[in-house]
Amino acid sequence: MPYIPHTEQDIQKILKALGASTVEDVLSQLPASLRLKKPLDLPSGLSEQELGAHLRELGGRNSTVQDYSSFLGAGAYNHYIPAIVDSVISRSEFFTSYTPYQPELSQGTLQAIFEYQTLVCQLTGMDVANASLYDGATAVAEACLMARRITGRQGIVLSGALHPEYRETVKTYLVGTGDQLSEAMYCTETGATLPGAVEAVIDEKTACVVVQHPNFFGCLEDVEAVAQIVHRKKALLVVVVNEAVSLGLLKPPAETGCDIAVGENQSFGNALNYGGPYLGFMATKDEFIRQMPGRLIGQTVDRDGRRAFCLTFATREQHIRRERATSNICTNHGLSALAAAVHMVGLGSQGLKKMATLNLSKAEYLKKKLSEAGAQLAFSSPTFNEFTIKVNKDPGEVLDNLLGKKIIGGLGLKRFYPALDRHILVAATEMNSRAEMDSLAEAIKGA
Amino acid sequence: MESDGIKGLLHEEPVIFEKSSAGRIGIEPPSYDVPEADPAKVIPARLLREDLDGFPDVAEIDTVRHYTRLSQWNFGVDSGFYPLGSCTMKYNPKINEWAARLPGLSLLHPYQPEGLTQGALELMHSLEAYLAEITGMIAITLQPSAGAHGELCGLLMISAYFKSIGKPRTKIIIPDTAHGTNPASSHLAGFKVVPIKTEGKDALSVETVAAVMDEETAGLMLTNPNTIGLFEKNIKEIAELVHKKGGFVYCDGANMNALMGLTKLGEMGVDVVQLNLHKTFSTPHGGGGPGSGPVGVGKRLEPFLPKPRIRKEGNRYSLDYDRPQSIGRMKAFYGNFSIMVRAYAYIRRMGRDGLKRASEAAILNANYIKEKLKGTYHLAFDEPCMHECVFSDKIQLGDGVSTLDVAKRLIDYGYHPPTIYFPLVVHGAIMIEPTETETVETLDKFIEVMKAIAEEAKTDPEILKNAPTRTKVKRVDETRAAREPVLRWKKKE
Repeated sequence: MPYIPHTEQDIQKILKALGASTVEDVLSQLPASLRLKKPLDLPSGLSEQELGAHLRELGGRNSTVQDYSSFLGAGAYNHYIPAIVDSVISRSEFFTSYTPYQPELSQGTLQAIFEYQTLVCQLTGMDVANASLYDGATAVAEACLMARRITGRQGIVLSGALHPEYRETVKTYLVGTGDQLSEAMYCTETGATLPGAVEAVIDEKTACVVVQHPNFFGCLEDVEAVAQIVHRKKALLVVVVNEAVSLGLLKPPAETGCDIAVGENQSFGNALNYGGPYLGFMATKDEFIRQMPGRLIGQTVDRDGRRAFCLTFATREQHIRRERATSNICTNHGLSALAAAVHMVGLGSQGLKKMATLNLSKAEYLKKKLSEAGAQLAFSSPTFNEFTIKVNKDPGEVLDNLLGKKIIGGLGLKRFYPALDRHILVAATEMNSRAEMDSLAEAIKGA
Repeated sequence: MESDGIKGLLHEEPVIFEKSSAGRIGIEPPSYDVPEADPAKVIPARLLREDLDGFPDVAEIDTVRHYTRLSQWNFGVDSGFYPLGSCTMKYNPKINEWAARLPGLSLLHPYQPEGLTQGALELMHSLEAYLAEITGMIAITLQPSAGAHGELCGLLMISAYFKSIGKPRTKIIIPDTAHGTNPASSHLAGFKVVPIKTEGKDALSVETVAAVMDEETAGLMLTNPNTIGLFEKNIKEIAELVHKKGGFVYCDGANMNALMGLTKLGEMGVDVVQLNLHKTFSTPHGGGGPGSGPVGVGKRLEPFLPKPRIRKEGNRYSLDYDRPQSIGRMKAFYGNFSIMVRAYAYIRRMGRDGLKRASEAAILNANYIKEKLKGTYHLAFDEPCMHECVFSDKIQLGDGVSTLDVAKRLIDYGYHPPTIYFPLVVHGAIMIEPTETETVETLDKFIEVMKAIAEEAKTDPEILKNAPTRTKVKRVDETRAAREPVLRWKKKE
């Protein structure tokens, strides 16, 4: 049997030690009435070679973002992953270990995640970051719960330009504890959250207002304007970044009045993987540390006074506090965080800025090309590497036609916003060549 | 005694920020094939950042050395025996890693048209079917990211069910042996936790549950086999009682590695269970995630599963969002797909007979250790166990040696310690889960080392108290970490 090393003699040796004569004797604690009468209805096992062929065949039935020119973003970005990333995360000392409960033989994981926490702080400008959360959507939900704990208020205001699947996740998470959700409409002209709309829904019961920047339509938000409104009501501002590469150019959330910065770090070092695993991040101000969910790594010393790292602030967590914990989270996305850290370190401060500028340049080029081809830019706000266009025909049809030319043209927005029934969200990264973008513009002519 | 753990060549390595040299460039992005945009012209100046203070600038070779050195301070399943109870640290097959990196399975955007992802959807659909068959549940969602995330998902479905019939319920019964995530997830789902005291003695009895189960209670959350490593043999009768009162039985499937092909949770009356693909189904633990926590349900809860669901019509797979009673979604997109690929590869490699053999061998290995260490260490419950066994430091305490000391001494011998001080009902618990992938020789060596440590506890307890000494760092001051928090690196002023 694969991965089970027992020989017949080994089994006999164990049985003898147990004073049993058959394996069944050892299983006698399972009540006979509950034992299966027939084998599981599953396929028989495959050899490694057969399995490899089968998986390759299954993979072959998909078309990848290499087979097609893809302009999809919307919370999952196609970026180049430097070779060092997979080389490091393939070290099995990293990927076959578990949560570093025993610090003396987990210093590698601990130091790497301590560095990751620092990188997230540097990117966002915040004081402190946790060891990661599942993904951007759950990070937003956790931020809302955290804001409730800090303020003692229940109301949550979400921008209408927050990723629709993030909004749905928040709604699901909050249903158990009373949702009290309201939405602040975006401006149909600029595509940014309307400060007036925030003003209209915020009140003395509001725990936090959540704004995504760049927002779901790719538009840059005036976060500072929203922050003023939020803080006047003594609520907290949660800023969501789901394209973390934008932080190579954009003002860090801490400088725009953010209290809790959350989002998605998939863009660094994590493959698209059909939607997961991705990498939620959370960073906040020092004063809120004890209300922050998730693992935290701290620096300390060992018995000889040498620098060492360990998990800390465990008294917030479920294994100590049980139902009074800040969250039910038991792990983080450690290996995804490691991948992100290696990518960020690999880029360095200059590399990241260059990468961000290149993304901006590609998107600006594509904007221009698509406008020239007759597509309308749907919103007037500045953008980073993603923007929304409006076409004259049914976007479903337009996108289907593009598929025939091996182009995935973007995401039709009607599924999330019925009113945006002519709109397509288009992203361009360093992975999109000029030739691809020219082909997209050419193909979209007349649409 | 002789040990496998000898000191290797370990390097000191500063935090990466201390290796930075301004102006040094790591990875260069590609050159421009479009005009370079000037950010200041495209984006209003007040939205732009000035610098990336502190971000490290390191040469590629130093980045690689940095992480290689860090990895050498770590211990994984590939490094040695890792009998961490309740975590199922089995071998993580290499073919799974290869599979997860196949371009056809990794370079897929979640919003690609369904026509371009038929292979991925088929894999997910098949994995759902396999997990349903293994657990005896009628439907599975693959969406949750981890065990605790799956628990929350299951509890939210239970809550939604009661709301849908217009009779919301407020309480969940949880035995004191449960993982901490159980009460934490229940709280998050809006339930009040009703703890029941078992002190781990016998299997949970129908009477104990009957005493607290009422019509305001949404159900019972238990773990089977429980965290003592014993099978809850009254489960069927308990489930009948809970059902009679209109409630649900939630089973924490963290310990599924003991049950594959031997029995099915669905047939015991379990209504909802989460599985930990990173335990039973061999996907790596990644130094603490990413895992994957699929949830299986019976008929009453099926309409409440998160959306989208994967639908198969003829030979075509699609995503079904038209689920009016669904609780919504637990996260963006569809779940941790690359972890699903690994679990799928594992199940196909093992096949129906292999999975059963795995559970049998896991049980044999745990009982072997239990039998061999009985007497040397105090066995919390002297009964045949399932896939893990629980000892305590009761005998060693006489020499002033605690569970923590035994655990730290094991490190010097080249082993990862077992889970310690859990379950909470056993004072000074030492919870050992060997898994089926270990040879008898490995178990024998471990047993020998555990006995040697027990001997040292009597003759030279200081050795234990000073352990570990062969690691990169000695015993770490965790109290100081909490008292004087340093949670990030900062430039020296």
